[in-house]
Amino acid sequence: MQIINKVMAWARRKSPWIIHFNSGACNACDIEVLASLTPRYDIERFGIQLKGSPRHADVLICSGPVTMQQRDRIITIYEQMTEPKFVVAVGTCACSAGVFEGCYCVEGGIDTAIPVDMYVPGCPARPEAIIDGVVKLLNTIK
Amino acid sequence: MSKMIVPLGPQHPALEEPESFTLMLEGERVAAATVALGYNHRGMEKAAESRTYVQNIYLLERICGICSHSHSTCYVQTVEALAGAEVPKRAQYIRALIGELERIHSHLLWLGIAGHEIGFMTLFMYAWKDREIVMDILEMLTGNRINYGMNMLGGVRRDITPEQGQKVLEALDALEERTEYYKNVILQEQTVAIRTLGVGRLSREDGLRLGATGPVLRAAGVVKDIRKDDPTEVYNELDFKVATDEHADVYGRTVVRVTELMESYHMIRQILRQIPDGPLSVKVPNRIPAGEAAARYEAPRGEDFHYTRSNGTDKPERVKVRAPTLANLAAITHMIDGGFLADVPIVIAAIDPCFSCTDRMVRVKDASSGRDDVWNWDKLRQYSIEWHKKRGQDLGYRI
Ligand code: SF4
Repeated sequence: MQIINKVMAWARRKSPWIIHFNSGACNACDIEVLASLTPRYDIERFGIQLKGSPRHADVLICSGPVTMQQRDRIITIYEQMTEPKFVVAVGTCACSAGVFEGCYCVEGGIDTAIPVDMYVPGCPARPEAIIDGVVKLLNTIK
Repeated sequence: MSKMIVPLGPQHPALEEPESFTLMLEGERVAAATVALGYNHRGMEKAAESRTYVQNIYLLERICGICSHSHSTCYVQTVEALAGAEVPKRAQYIRALIGELERIHSHLLWLGIAGHEIGFMTLFMYAWKDREIVMDILEMLTGNRINYGMNMLGGVRRDITPEQGQKVLEALDALEERTEYYKNVILQEQTVAIRTLGVGRLSREDGLRLGATGPVLRAAGVVKDIRKDDPTEVYNELDFKVATDEHADVYGRTVVRVTELMESYHMIRQILRQIPDGPLSVKVPNRIPAGEAAARYEAPRGEDFHYTRSNGTDKPERVKVRAPTLANLAAITHMIDGGFLADVPIVIAAIDPCFSCTDRMVRVKDASSGRDDVWNWDKLRQYSIEWHKKRGQDLGYRI
């Protein structure tokens, strides 16, 4: 068992698959997440690939504050992911609602709906910061 | 043939943003489509009422991260009109410069997304790689890649130096060369032609009837551009053509956007040549005199409209935003109808939708009895569950 766990952790560290979800963001952080997949930043060199379905993904990248409409959806998506799963909150408003603090339809940061493993602040967070956050997260998988 | 209902969204690999379409299929073809909005509704118009005019620049800039400068420019124009402030010429030129750079970044981004939707990943990677050139320029001029924070009431925050102008010109040469290349790709590449020609047709009459705007309407041969129809001082002094096309389909929209890229390069060169010296801003008081004002702006996606009403305090009484995607949404269900399911993502992408722009407040009014209820969240939610059940669409969402 020990060996299998080790192999699985290694595989996860070398090739985590991510899924991206916009829970009410202004779009800027979303395009920065996409930009980190494109040639200049190329997050794929860490084996990271963007996937379409939550069931295939290990890491959920969320941007934006949690709006009332999105709250239940984000929980559903989180529950559909298989264990072990990680959540990265990208952008100031994903960390703490940021500029949308106090809007009537905003509940707060991502951590008001699901547990968050890594916070990447910035409005918008730069691709370098996103890559840094994800790589730091990978280093914690032992 | 039996009918089948396919839900698309709110989380879907083909969509970058949360929106939800319900497609009724007959075989491969879409027989009917409805769109559900509001996933990104944050209540910004209401929030704007409790913030000061200056704070609102930064709030409203974040309506949408792609056309952030459009929203903030449109908003400051309304407030400046209320305050009677005369914005210096140099500041107006800098605003126009950032506006055109933003258009370039937005259109290149769109070109990449369109490539992604038709399965042409090389185009996606190429376009986004070249987009980094303009992102660098924007970062150099404003200090941020997106959400530039360049506007302030009465002018702009930063000046541009001649050296920066020189760097912009160099970047434009590189971008122009690449855009020529994309033009050839679009005109000659089979993949693009097969996937876009005749797809998502919207005729001139339908476009006007459904209130479409921006490149969607221009691709149907309608010459309509706020920069020409209702120009600010700067656009009056620039020489440019409004890009149009006669194809009236996704192909036409692609051609229009690439032509607009070329026009923007041309305009930026003129801006840098003609920009006058002078102050960057005038002082605008904290308290804005009572009144109301509206402004229009040609955002990359079409006409953006802002309305502000002031009651003489330092906070606006009402702010209303109407973003271009909302105008194009009526056209989208029309364009999807009768098409193939496989074409739905590219047709949606072809209006360059921006749902964080679109999700504004909607008031519920019973037209027959004239009752104007205020619904609380639970009531609204219950209504939505029942409405979907009645239509046989209990999709198992936890609505
Ligand atoms: S952190 Fe800022 S840039 Fe990112 S989604 Fe939120 S408001 Fe937009």
